[in-house]
Amino acid sequence: MNIVFGMTYILPWPLSIASEGTLSIVEMVVIALVYLGIFSVAGLFLVLMERRVAAWFQLRIGPNRVGFQGLLQTMADALKLVSKELTGTVKSDKFLYNLAPYFVIVTALMALAVIPFTKDFHAFDINIGIFFLIAVSSIGVIGVLLGGWSSNNKFALIGAMRSGVQTISYELSIGLSLLTMILITGTLQLSEIIEVQKNGWLIVQGHIPAIIAFMIYMIAGTAETNRAPFDMVEAESELGAGFHTEYSGMKFAYFFLAEFINMFIIAAIATTIFFGGWLSPFGITESIPWLGVFWFLLKTLVLVFLMMWFRWTFPRLRVDQLLTLEWKYLLPLNLMNIVLMALMVWGGLLIRF
Amino acid sequence: MGRFTNQILEIMSYFSEIYKGIKTLLTGMSVTGKYFLTSRKGAITQQYPDNRDTLKMFDRFRGEVIMPHDENNEHRCTGCQKCEIACPNGTIEIIWDRGLDEETGKKKKKIDKFVYHLSMCTMCGLCIDVCPTDAIKWGQNFENSTYDRTQLTRVLNEPGSKLKPGVED
Amino acid sequence: METPTVHSNFKSEEYFINMGPQHPATHGVLRLVLTIDGEIIKKVEPDLGYIHRSIEKMCERDSYQQIVHLTDRMDYLSANINNEAVCLGVENALQLEIPERVKVIRTIIGELTRISSHCLWWGVMGMDVGAITTYFYGFRDREMLNDIFEETCGARLTMNYNVPGGLMFDIHPNFVKRVKKFVAHFKTKIPEYDRLLTGNVIFQKRTKGVGVLSKEDAISFGASGPVARGSGYSCDVRKYHPYSALDKVTFNECLETEGDTFARYCVRIRELWESLSIVEQLIDNIPQGEHRVKTNAVIKLPKGEFYQKVETARGELGMYIISTGTKSPYRLKFRSPGFSNLSLLNHIAVGGKIGDLVATMATLDLVIPDIDR
Repeated sequence: MNIVFGMTYILPWPLSIASEGTLSIVEMVVIALVYLGIFSVAGLFLVLMERRVAAWFQLRIGPNRVGFQGLLQTMADALKLVSKELTGTVKSDKFLYNLAPYFVIVTALMALAVIPFTKDFHAFDINIGIFFLIAVSSIGVIGVLLGGWSSNNKFALIGAMRSGVQTISYELSIGLSLLTMILITGTLQLSEIIEVQKNGWLIVQGHIPAIIAFMIYMIAGTAETNRAPFDMVEAESELGAGFHTEYSGMKFAYFFLAEFINMFIIAAIATTIFFGGWLSPFGITESIPWLGVFWFLLKTLVLVFLMMWFRWTFPRLRVDQLLTLEWKYLLPLNLMNIVLMALMVWGGLLIRF
Repeated sequence: MGRFTNQILEIMSYFSEIYKGIKTLLTGMSVTGKYFLTSRKGAITQQYPDNRDTLKMFDRFRGEVIMPHDENNEHRCTGCQKCEIACPNGTIEIIWDRGLDEETGKKKKKIDKFVYHLSMCTMCGLCIDVCPTDAIKWGQNFENSTYDRTQLTRVLNEPGSKLKPGVED
Repeated sequence: METPTVHSNFKSEEYFINMGPQHPATHGVLRLVLTIDGEIIKKVEPDLGYIHRSIEKMCERDSYQQIVHLTDRMDYLSANINNEAVCLGVENALQLEIPERVKVIRTIIGELTRISSHCLWWGVMGMDVGAITTYFYGFRDREMLNDIFEETCGARLTMNYNVPGGLMFDIHPNFVKRVKKFVAHFKTKIPEYDRLLTGNVIFQKRTKGVGVLSKEDAISFGASGPVARGSGYSCDVRKYHPYSALDKVTFNECLETEGDTFARYCVRIRELWESLSIVEQLIDNIPQGEHRVKTNAVIKLPKGEFYQKVETARGELGMYIISTGTKSPYRLKFRSPGFSNLSLLNHIAVGGKIGDLVATMATLDLVIPDIDR
């Protein structure tokens, strides 16, 4: 909430004599626009990062033409996508077809609201933070389902159905692995979770079960964002482009951008829960609070890099193996892990500095 | 009792399967990770339009058929048409005439135009293989795209050029 | 007959889906008409003809020297082996004595072509199962080979290096040096292939037990090459009917018995090692001599029928000439390995998922111009 209050002083004075209700609405809109601006650009830079990282894994150079070292490449791509013609199939369900990209992008941006970048840079600090994140991030799949269904394309439909199956399954793992960590913190509020970690990051506090939970979370999180090796939904060698086969221009860009923002969110949640969020390692920069953004982004980008590493190394699973992995491996392990963690918390076996 | 041990073994194999699986995944990641760190030294792609000056094709590279002329604007083509017959695609057309030979004063076959349709050429090399006087050769130019396909039809002998004296087939 | 007990709105139906002619997994303009129930494949009908160029008919018009360059355009990944097939067929018909040097060079380049083809296949195989990075690693090694070909033959893909009677020109002075460098380089890379893809648990799950072809079916469908050898059918033309210098080298025929996608994969990986060993045996002692025997400018085959088969990277390529004694064949038929291998796709892909079909098709290693000609 800190930003919301801070905003009151920044706004020009004609607004400050307006009524309290109008003011808070204006504040919210301003903050939403700021977030929208920051994270659209950040999403574009994540795309650039992905392309660079992919190029280096594949012994290539990557985009290096537009701007210094290709920094403006994705901006140029976005500009191209904006100016492109929007095509669609004749018998598509026009309403749902147009609605789908917004579902995906809006949910992706909504989840950003609760992520704590530093103590102060935290738009919306509710007491059910993690619950909100899990809930919101799983709405995105509705957009994917709608898009695949309404495109009137069989490849898109197969992709969408796969996506439904996949997200429903992997939601469980995400939820349970985060629940394992909540046994330590005892709170769902993200700012308090970080407070708890001042005695040591949770991955250190909870040692063995926390590491298992982290691994499960990363696997399930990769699946949740529909990225390789779990990119059943797109599966370019099987389905062409999967659910967004029939989308073009800006609508396609929304799907594309949402994938990267989702990846960022998954990594950001992992940073917050397992790696102490904006806390610096061993408290080395505790006296300079704004450096929290740096630490937070550093940790997040390392995790994002890990997900990119997965993507450019592993083959894709088949759809039934995807479910086998979830229901036969991740879920039982996760349940065992929760019991183990509960026993540890009960027995006081946590490592606290 | 036997059933119990079997179950234990099954559970053991379940966990060892997970362990082995993760190990193979990490092995794969180590391969790509190694290349990630060293890739800037050994990028396998070429920065094509930038390296135009240094990019040199091999001597035998088949880019297009050319007819070398010497400094006196003389070529070696006698107009025997063997290349025209050898070509599988009708790429080469030789328009010839009979002219007076200056030395002997006899009438002799000579080329008027050596027409080469690059758009039809499959770069098989049979024309060059069969040429008795080495009049045509492979050129190493590979940037053959044009805006108009008529530009791909070329006359290889330069205007006003004539047969180098002494070349007989 | 099954009677639908559920409400008719929830009855599951089979539906058709067109995989291709523009689809990333068909590696060209192959169209597969799939009948699918959900994700399960019920029927696969290949639809051919999108890249038919009537090469066989064109051969009836061309002279024997000209036919060679058309075979480059059939199975373009083993262009040199195709050339060799035509040249060997014509030479055998004319009963020409070919110098040893030519035989050895043909074999070396043939085996390098096989490695190059398998490199590309490995990269594409990885890409089909979702690991895109393999594509670039495969191409890195293939690039070295293409440079060797370009330096010696003048072209990277459609080489047309063989002519009836020998080779168009002698090998480049750098050839031996470059090949040795490649062999040393590639020996360190195949284990890397294994670590990246072969050993990967996801890859093994994707390929083991998928697209199983029994030995009997392999024989009855006329499968050849690595596809048949993956099912335990020993059919290597290089072993049973050695041509060029292949009778002078020792190599093993790679056989696997499972017949699934992984077995076919393993056969090809092992073939890389065998081809490398053949190249190593020959590269140090290329005999001196002529690179070409003089033939008539117009080759006229004696009246009769001639058959020559070679082992390309995909299997047995047969060339059947009926000659009436004129300068071009009366009829020329190519028996392409890809066509027979494609015919068994319906047999092995039914019952699998879409992902299985893609993986299976990747190990059949189809080259569409080879199928359509």
